Amino acid sequence: MAASVLFDAPGPKAKVRNAILAVVTIVVVLGILAFIALQFANSGQFEARKWEFLNYPRILNLLWTGLGHTLMAFAVAAVVALVVGFLLAVGRLSDHAWVRWIFTVIVELFRAVPLLILMMLLYYGLPTVGVKMSPFMAVVIGLIAYNGSVLAEVFRAGVQSLPKGQSEAAYAIGLRKTQVMVTILLPQAIKAMLPVIIAQLVVALKDTALGFIITYDELLYAVKLLGNQTRFDFPLIPAAIVGAVIYIGMCLLLSGVAKFAEHRINRSPKTVKAREAMKDAAETGLPTP
Amino acid sequence: MDFLASFWHVLTNNLDIFRDGFAMTLRLFFVSAIGALILGTIVGAMRVSPVPVMRAVGTVYVNTVRNTPLTLILLFFALGYPKLGLPKVDYPTLATIGLILYTATYVAETLRSGINTVPLGQAEAARAIGLTFSQSLGQVIMPQAFRAVVPPLFSVLIALLKNTTVAAGFGVAEAGAIRQFLSERGQPALPGLIWVALIFVVLVLLLSLLQRWFEKKWRVA
Repeated sequence: MAASVLFDAPGPKAKVRNAILAVVTIVVVLGILAFIALQFANSGQFEARKWEFLNYPRILNLLWTGLGHTLMAFAVAAVVALVVGFLLAVGRLSDHAWVRWIFTVIVELFRAVPLLILMMLLYYGLPTVGVKMSPFMAVVIGLIAYNGSVLAEVFRAGVQSLPKGQSEAAYAIGLRKTQVMVTILLPQAIKAMLPVIIAQLVVALKDTALGFIITYDELLYAVKLLGNQTRFDFPLIPAAIVGAVIYIGMCLLLSGVAKFAEHRINRSPKTVKAREAMKDAAETGLPTP
Repeated sequence: MDFLASFWHVLTNNLDIFRDGFAMTLRLFFVSAIGALILGTIVGAMRVSPVPVMRAVGTVYVNTVRNTPLTLILLFFALGYPKLGLPKVDYPTLATIGLILYTATYVAETLRSGINTVPLGQAEAARAIGLTFSQSLGQVIMPQAFRAVVPPLFSVLIALLKNTTVAAGFGVAEAGAIRQFLSERGQPALPGLIWVALIFVVLVLLLSLLQRWFEKKWRVA
C-alpha cells in the first residue's frame, strides 16, 4: 500500500487491532444491511409479485422511454452548456472592466439560485407573462444556465492556471486578442480541465432528475408511475431500486470516461495543479471563492 | 411603476408564506448540515483508515450515494419509507435523513482531499516524536487539513442549502413550495418565484461571507 499521511505500515499489535476493527466493521455493516433487508422482506418488497413488472415489455418500455427523455435532456443541455460556458468564460476574462462585471453578475447569479427554483421560474413563471414553456424546455434551459455558469468558472480557472508566457508569446507573434483566446489559451485550458468538465457533466446528468418535480416525464417520473401500478401491488421500492441502478450505472460510465480522459492526458505538473484547484468546486457544482 | 408596486406587494401581502417557507428551509438546512458533518466525518475517516474493510465500505457508500440523484433519494424516503412498516415519521424528518445521507458523501470526500493536502513529513514527524494514531490525527493532521478544507466545505454547505428546495417536491412545506401556497391564494407565480430566488441569493451571499471570515480567522500566520 502507498505511504499514507495518517499511519505507518502496521506492526504486530496494530495488525491485531486492525483485524478486530475489520471484524467490527463487517458485523456493524452486515447488521445494518440485514436490518434493511429484513424490513424489506417483512413488508413484502421481495415478493415475486412486486418484481413481476420486469417481465412485461410494455412496463419496461415505460422505463426505456423515461430513460430516453432523461438522456435527451442531458445531451442537449450538456452540449449547449459547454458552448454557453465557453462564451461566459470569455466574457469573464474580458479586458474591459464593465464586460467582466456584467458577466460576473450573470455567472454568480445563476450559481446562487437553486436549480429547482430556476426550473420553476421557467416552467410556472414564464407562461404567466405569455412565454410558452414545455417541461422539457424548462429542464434544459435551467440545466444550461446553471451548468454553463459553473463550466465558465472551470474554463476561467483553466485559463488563469496557464503560464503567462503562453499569451505573451501569442501576442508577440502578432495574434489578435480573439485569436490568442480561441487558438492558444482555451484549447489548453480545456485539456487541463477535461476531467473536471466531465465531473460537472455527471452533476448535470443527476440534475435532470429535478425535472421530475416540474412534471417532465423522465426516468424518475416513470419510476413513480410504475410504483403506482395496482397490478403489481404498488412496487415503488422495487421500481426505485431499478431506477437507482440505472442512474448509478450511467454516472459511473461517465466517470469512467473521465478517468480514461485523465489517463490519456499527459500529466504535466501544471495540469495537475490547475485540476486540484478546481476539483472540489466542480464536484459539488459550486462556487470557488 | 405599477409593475414594481405589485411585485413588491406579492412579498409584503404574503409575508407569512415566505416566513414559514424559509423557516422550514433553514430548519432543514441546519439539522442536515450538522448531521452531514458528523456522518461525513465518520465516513471520511473510514475512507482513510488503515483497515481495508473500512475503506471498502466507505468507498462503496460514497460511490453509490453520490451517483444517485438527490431527487431519487428523497423519493425513496418520502414515498418508499412509509411502505416499510417502520415507525411513522413526518416528511420534514424523512427529507432531513435523505439530505444527510446525500450530503455526508460530499463532506467525506472534501475531508479526505483536505487530509491529502497535508505534507507527509508532518505525519512522519508526529509519529517520530511518539504520538499515537489518534494524537497525530487530532493534534497535527486534522487542524491543518481543516484549514485547507474551509472553502470546499462551504461549497458543500451552499449546495446543501440549495438542495433543500428538492424536498418541496415531496410534501415538505419549505421555500420551494412557496409557489404552491401563493397560487392557492391566487397570487401570480413569477414575482413570487423571483422573490424566492432573490432570498436564496442573499442566503448564499451570507454563507460566502461567513466562509471569508473563517478563512481569514484560520489563515496561517
